[in-house]
Amino acid sequence: MQTSQKHKDYWRKNLRITTILLAIWFVVTFVVSYYARELSTIMFFGFPLGFYMGAQGSLIIYVAIIWFYARYMNALDKEYGAREGSD
Amino acid sequence: MIDSSAQMRRYYALYTMSFFAFILSLGILERYGMPPRWIGYAFLFLTIILYATIGVMARTSNVAEYYVAGRKIPAVFNGMATGADWMSAASFIGLAGTLYLTGYQGLAYVMGWTGGYVLVALLLAPYLRRFGQYTIPDFLGARYGGHVARLVGVFATVLASFVYVVAQIYGVGVITSRFVGLQFEIGVFVGLAGILVCSFLGGMRAVTWTQVAQYLVLIVAYIAPVAMLSYKVTGVPVPQVMYGQVLQKIETLEHKISSDPAEVDVRHLYLERANTFSARIAGLPESLVEERRLLSVQIDRLKSSNVQMRDVFALERQRRELPKTPDAAREYWDSLMRQAAQRGEELIHHVESFPGKDEAASNTARLNFITLVFCLMIGTAALPHVLMRYYTTPSVREARSSVFWSLLFILALYLTAPAYAVFAKYEIYSNLVGSAIDQLPGWIAAWGKVGLVSIEDINRDGILQLAELSLNPDVIVLATPEIAGLPYVISGLVAAGALAAALSTADGLLLTIASALSHDVYYKVFRPHATTQWRLVVSKTLLLVVAVLAAMVASQKPATILFMVAWAFSLAGAAFFPALVLGIFWKRANKAGAVSGMVIGLLVTMYYMVRVQFDKIPWLGINGIGMEPWLGIQSTSAGVWGVAAGFLTIIVVSLVSAPPSREIQSFVESVRSPDFSR
Repeated sequence: MQTSQKHKDYWRKNLRITTILLAIWFVVTFVVSYYARELSTIMFFGFPLGFYMGAQGSLIIYVAIIWFYARYMNALDKEYGAREGSD
Repeated sequence: MIDSSAQMRRYYALYTMSFFAFILSLGILERYGMPPRWIGYAFLFLTIILYATIGVMARTSNVAEYYVAGRKIPAVFNGMATGADWMSAASFIGLAGTLYLTGYQGLAYVMGWTGGYVLVALLLAPYLRRFGQYTIPDFLGARYGGHVARLVGVFATVLASFVYVVAQIYGVGVITSRFVGLQFEIGVFVGLAGILVCSFLGGMRAVTWTQVAQYLVLIVAYIAPVAMLSYKVTGVPVPQVMYGQVLQKIETLEHKISSDPAEVDVRHLYLERANTFSARIAGLPESLVEERRLLSVQIDRLKSSNVQMRDVFALERQRRELPKTPDAAREYWDSLMRQAAQRGEELIHHVESFPGKDEAASNTARLNFITLVFCLMIGTAALPHVLMRYYTTPSVREARSSVFWSLLFILALYLTAPAYAVFAKYEIYSNLVGSAIDQLPGWIAAWGKVGLVSIEDINRDGILQLAELSLNPDVIVLATPEIAGLPYVISGLVAAGALAAALSTADGLLLTIASALSHDVYYKVFRPHATTQWRLVVSKTLLLVVAVLAAMVASQKPATILFMVAWAFSLAGAAFFPALVLGIFWKRANKAGAVSGMVIGLLVTMYYMVRVQFDKIPWLGINGIGMEPWLGIQSTSAGVWGVAAGFLTIIVVSLVSAPPSREIQSFVESVRSPDFSR
């Protein structure tokens, strides 16, 4: 298989979006948890924010990250005219 | 059976409706006097027959269908199947109970077991699907050239999956013995039959479609009781939203309970008991002799007075049960001391993050929380039975969407679990604590009989204080229908859901082990020229052997099973994650690096686990190997060290040895981006 400019562009865009989304994942998971004690003084929908993030907030962000990645990459595939699988 | 999406949707909509009709009709029959035991049987056998029917209908003798369901599973259904595959007996039964007992700290499981899917989606699933073979060791073999990487992968797959499948089969035995009254060992083998009818005939194809059915059963069973409880407490049947309000009520109750003088007194008594045991341990071996003498004196005194013989027998049993040797006594008293000390501790406030006596203890709790989240996430992204599921979609695009659907379906349970814990806690704190011990509701006695609930009136005031009640985490989900006063049919539903969770995970795991052994070891390494028919025969035989082995281990009721499940995550994470991710994202990673990285990651993880958890391994004759944890990190998070060591080793060893060949490099290219040539 040959590596054309097209491949390089595609891969660079993929890496960029992956890095950005992983950074969001990292902040939501580790930075927010690290400051959970401090965040718990803030109330959110009747929950202390630190607890809410662990129980629901971060989960919703995770699913949003995955949804966005699938949408972005599937659009990128189409834009670059990729052919694979049964489509 | 045609795997077309629209048709399958119709089938499963019909199926869900008939399931609801089934529950409803059982509910009506119960009102007309159907005995609970029959309801239990109806749920157990009807669901197993249903899964078996799907299994038989989807039987196959085609290799691609057997291993990867012919790569014809639409994203949504693959998502549901992954959900059922993923959510095990531990998620279904144990998670809410763990959250009940530990409050905020338990959220590490909720975050870890969901956040791992971000890593699956971004770093692994689309690339594995583009690679498009059959197993995870397949990828390692192709990427790192040759049999060594493949075989190390097979070893780690079998190690992590076998422990996990034993735990599932054990769960099946527990559920059938409690709800249907079968003997534990018989329950294990009934469950085994339920597992085998699916995976044996139809492999991945049958397992997938059965898992879709099992997902629907388990999610209905999980949400129904807590929605009813939420309706009872708040008037709105959406527990995931309403439990914020209840959480505030719990905080008020927590303050009331912890300032109650009787409660303070009870906790004080437990601490005193812990001190007694610690004094006895310090006084060994004389204290053991002394203890036996004291009991004998007491028995003689009682015998000469005219008390009831029952009291004498109780004391005699106590004397008989005293440990025989000082070593056994140390172990026995140590566990009693820990129990008492735990019950004497301050009440855990449900929403408080990282509780601890002082700043340092709180920081250690935080470190453990974060490392556990890390290990569970990496483990999720490395367990072969989950990753394999993404080989079954028709295209890379569907694989990406499929991860989204997987997590969405998984969230239905994981967003509910914390609410489950909170509602159950509210019921117990507000209705149970402070009531008279001779008037407790029936479920306490019922679950006390199987040893999941125990009550001790340590201050002898006839009133139940919170510290006097001890609950096994499993009881929260299993007993919630009774705690909330719901009809028995809901209990039967919960049992069917737990069974579905255990069976579906066991199916996926067994198939993973059997494929690793038959495809990777037998076909790829030993008999590359084996006919397809023969390969399937080998695979089915191995499946049977592994299943029977796992059931035999499970029927021994191994005590350390829960620890071992948590370890499976650390082991899988350390073995696979660095090698897979670097294999895709770093072309320079080579065979020597990957193999040494996987081995060292595994070894470091095992070393840490064993030395932190055990001081001795009697059956190997090893003593005094216990060590202090590094930075206070518990053994369940051993993967932190293993994953770090794995990444480091792969990078260093790869850099000092020759870069991989041209073919391998272009292989990496082919996995990274789609084919644009046409």
